[in-house]
Amino acid sequence: MNWIRLLALIIKELLAAFRDPRARLALILPPVLQFFLFAFAATLEISNVPIGVLNHDWGTASTQLMARFERASAFSEIRRYGSVAEAQVAIDRQDVMVVVQIGQDFSRTLAAGETAKIQVLLDGRKSNGAQIVNGYVSSIVTRFAIDYKLGTAMTQASEIVERSWYNPNRDYRSAMIPTLIGSLTMASVLMIVGMSVARERELGTFEQLLVSPLQPFEILIGKAVPGLIVGMGQGILIALITVLAFGISLTGSALVLVVGLVVFLLAVIGVGLFISSLVSNQQQAMMGIMVFMMPAMMLSGFTSPVQNMPAWLQPIAMANPLVHMIVILRGVFLRDMPFSLVAERLWPMALIAVVTLSAAAWLFQRRTQ
Amino acid sequence: MTATWHVSASQGLAAMADPTTLVTIDALTKSFRTDGLPALSELTTSIKAGQVTGLVGPDGAGKTTLMRLMAGLMLPSAGRIEVCGFDTVTEAAAVHEVIGYMPQRFGLYEDLSVIENLTLYADLRGVVGQQRAETFDKLLVFTDLERFQPRLAGALSGGMKQKLGLACAMLKSPRLLLLDEPSVGVDPISRRELWKMVYTLIGEGVGVVWSTAYLDEAENCAEVIVLNEARALFQGDPKVMTASVVGRVFQVRGAIGDKRALLVAALKRPEVIDGVMQGATVRLVIGNDQTLPSKADLGAVEGSEVVSATPRFEDAFVAMLGGQPKRRLLLETRPQSTDNQSLPVTAKSLTKCFGSFTAADNISFDIKRGEIFGLLGPNGAGKSTVFKMMCGLLRLTSGSALVDGLDLMKSPSAARARLGYMAQKFSLYGDLSVSQNLDFFAGAYGLSGQKKRDAIKRVVAAFDLASQLQVNAGGLPLGFKQRLALSCAIMHEPPVLFLDEPTSGVDPLTRREFWSFINAMVARGITVMVTTHFMDEAEYCDRVALIYRGKNIAIGTPEELQNMVRTAELPHPTLEDAFIGLVHQHDGALT
Repeated sequence: MNWIRLLALIIKELLAAFRDPRARLALILPPVLQFFLFAFAATLEISNVPIGVLNHDWGTASTQLMARFERASAFSEIRRYGSVAEAQVAIDRQDVMVVVQIGQDFSRTLAAGETAKIQVLLDGRKSNGAQIVNGYVSSIVTRFAIDYKLGTAMTQASEIVERSWYNPNRDYRSAMIPTLIGSLTMASVLMIVGMSVARERELGTFEQLLVSPLQPFEILIGKAVPGLIVGMGQGILIALITVLAFGISLTGSALVLVVGLVVFLLAVIGVGLFISSLVSNQQQAMMGIMVFMMPAMMLSGFTSPVQNMPAWLQPIAMANPLVHMIVILRGVFLRDMPFSLVAERLWPMALIAVVTLSAAAWLFQRRTQ
Repeated sequence: MTATWHVSASQGLAAMADPTTLVTIDALTKSFRTDGLPALSELTTSIKAGQVTGLVGPDGAGKTTLMRLMAGLMLPSAGRIEVCGFDTVTEAAAVHEVIGYMPQRFGLYEDLSVIENLTLYADLRGVVGQQRAETFDKLLVFTDLERFQPRLAGALSGGMKQKLGLACAMLKSPRLLLLDEPSVGVDPISRRELWKMVYTLIGEGVGVVWSTAYLDEAENCAEVIVLNEARALFQGDPKVMTASVVGRVFQVRGAIGDKRALLVAALKRPEVIDGVMQGATVRLVIGNDQTLPSKADLGAVEGSEVVSATPRFEDAFVAMLGGQPKRRLLLETRPQSTDNQSLPVTAKSLTKCFGSFTAADNISFDIKRGEIFGLLGPNGAGKSTVFKMMCGLLRLTSGSALVDGLDLMKSPSAARARLGYMAQKFSLYGDLSVSQNLDFFAGAYGLSGQKKRDAIKRVVAAFDLASQLQVNAGGLPLGFKQRLALSCAIMHEPPVLFLDEPTSGVDPLTRREFWSFINAMVARGITVMVTTHFMDEAEYCDRVALIYRGKNIAIGTPEELQNMVRTAELPHPTLEDAFIGLVHQHDGALT
């Protein structure tokens, strides 16, 4: 390896990325804007939703249950419907996503000491939200059932205290925002690295590089280092905004965060360079990046947990660096994740980096000769 | 060729004053930006039917702008154009009905086959039914593309692409055919075929406008409009323009010794306004009312003779622009080489196979120190393959390629450090400034510290780049781009310089300047290998190898190649004649 040649290439790549004021802006502005956009807009938390009730029972038990629904902070209002048809219209028009139906024998059955049934109608189109509301409903109903059995339904002597570890306020934002450090840097680093070789191929400058004494692996490193620098810069910038502007404190160690980010970015750069070495123009590079990035984002555990994926998909998800990075990010922001657990996530990313970088180097050598 | 072209006489004739005039242009000006220089300025001219009108001028002279204005694709800033009696602004649709337009890079769909392209354009132009069948038959015979109907347009050679483009433009039997640089990327053989086709068309009354940066093509035209920097320098019969330098063109020939030294010496004389190499001879043009300096003043040695030569259009063109720029290297770019023994470039039985196709078959040559060696050949003949193998861009199937004694396969990085490379099109970083480009290439070749600063200082001084250091390379004028590309290629003082069609599409003045730099470097012992299919570039070579169908079919000095095709009918073959003759001989020997 010749450090002079390598340094010249790295400086050139950085200049190419930062010299043009518009290009410079394109590197910084979109991730920051997207960060705020996602942080404020995309939330999975369900609060202040209306709930529909279709009550055919006039007994005391149902009245007591209704009262509990009314007191629950998760629901903004209780909408009462007179008939099944009315309730159906309400769900169709998406006025409510959950309707609780209480049969006319509810109080009577309970009074007789038998098991009474409550029907919950969920809007399957909003499966996620409806599931959460259903969770609220069933916890209220369960508590009511216990209290009723104990004969304390009226008095409410006991109160169940829920505690959420690592995110005491169960603030969705605290779990969501740190993961953006991973997904946003992945997007921009993939673009920078994935497009750079393709752009040079299109401009004809790539042959100029190949006839210089620069060796293929030096060119690879020269393309990787600027991606790492830009990615680290963006990641640290977003982490700072997370801490300073959103007040989400970094519970774990900053060093672990930086180490995790470096290994993660190397894996992403490996993927980017692999795509770069396969394609011959920018259009193809764009396609390749999209083909990788969309599923990598969707299946990252960013919105739905990896554990919920089908069993056959779970090993494949392990090959997605973002899956591991999100675990680390949540780990260091929400709790002080022990290093042994971090390491469990570091080595798969390191392995991805080694495999993709060597594959890129090999393809690179083959395509250039 | 039995094709006939039916020209409808009813269209727009009533409005025309002179039936032979197809296009009338009156005080035409086109500016793209209000502050900048116009692309075309105050042009008044006319274009006649039944002849080829050449639109001649260097890149950026306004040729394409004029074409697009005539095709009604652009609105003039001032003045007006009438095509077949229709105004291009108010009656653009009618203009489109009577013209055929072939843009510079013709809009062929590379992923469609020949016949699919034709069908698509026939659909677009409303050529249907019986008329379509007849037109297709006629055009496919005319362009000799019948056999290639199922082939993808992207897989055609440059010449065949242009023929297909021409066929698409001919679909509606136009009265006026606008061809924008049809000969770019076309080898001499295909170029002659294109001209033959165009002559057939004008015989049938079609008016053809042929734009070109190659001045030798002007001589094929009945009339030319010579454009330079948005203005018409000359309009009319090219012979009249050529005649303006009669008696002022000379050739130094015979035993002239070092022809490069002679050219440099001759150009130092103020009387000599232009000088180029022509194979073994040197061609000189003197200024108006000047007398030719004596042989001694020209630097010609005893035994050489100076004779009057028939002027060419290019001589007149350069003279009209005031002669060639006499910019010399302001500083030597490298120390004088003293090694005369070793061979800087050696190709031993180069062979490259792509699957079952042999792109280069057992090609061998040596290049001596201080020699300019040319790889000549039609498109797709294998010269680029050979060139790429010599640069280390392609792995050899067998054989070996040595640069300055180093094997490109065994020690690629070290061997590549011994060569300088300049690509066909400008391939430096357009978004980086001149000095950043220089910095990068110095570093890429392993220069650092004082050595790097010295190298950059040296080329900046030699090529006079100081005024442009902070300018983005992409925004440089063409001449500066060439100088910068050359600077980047030679900063590390390579003993060998590889040039890939270095002056294709470059105007004659910039081309002369470029070769004067090369000649100066060759005098210092650099060795040059150049690949080209332009005869102008080949003329500068000491020796050329003619590559055809993957084989080296002839090798020697340009004069030796010319001698190989010299016959009683062709007593003074040009290098292009030699090129075409030798390729035909090879084809003949095969059948």
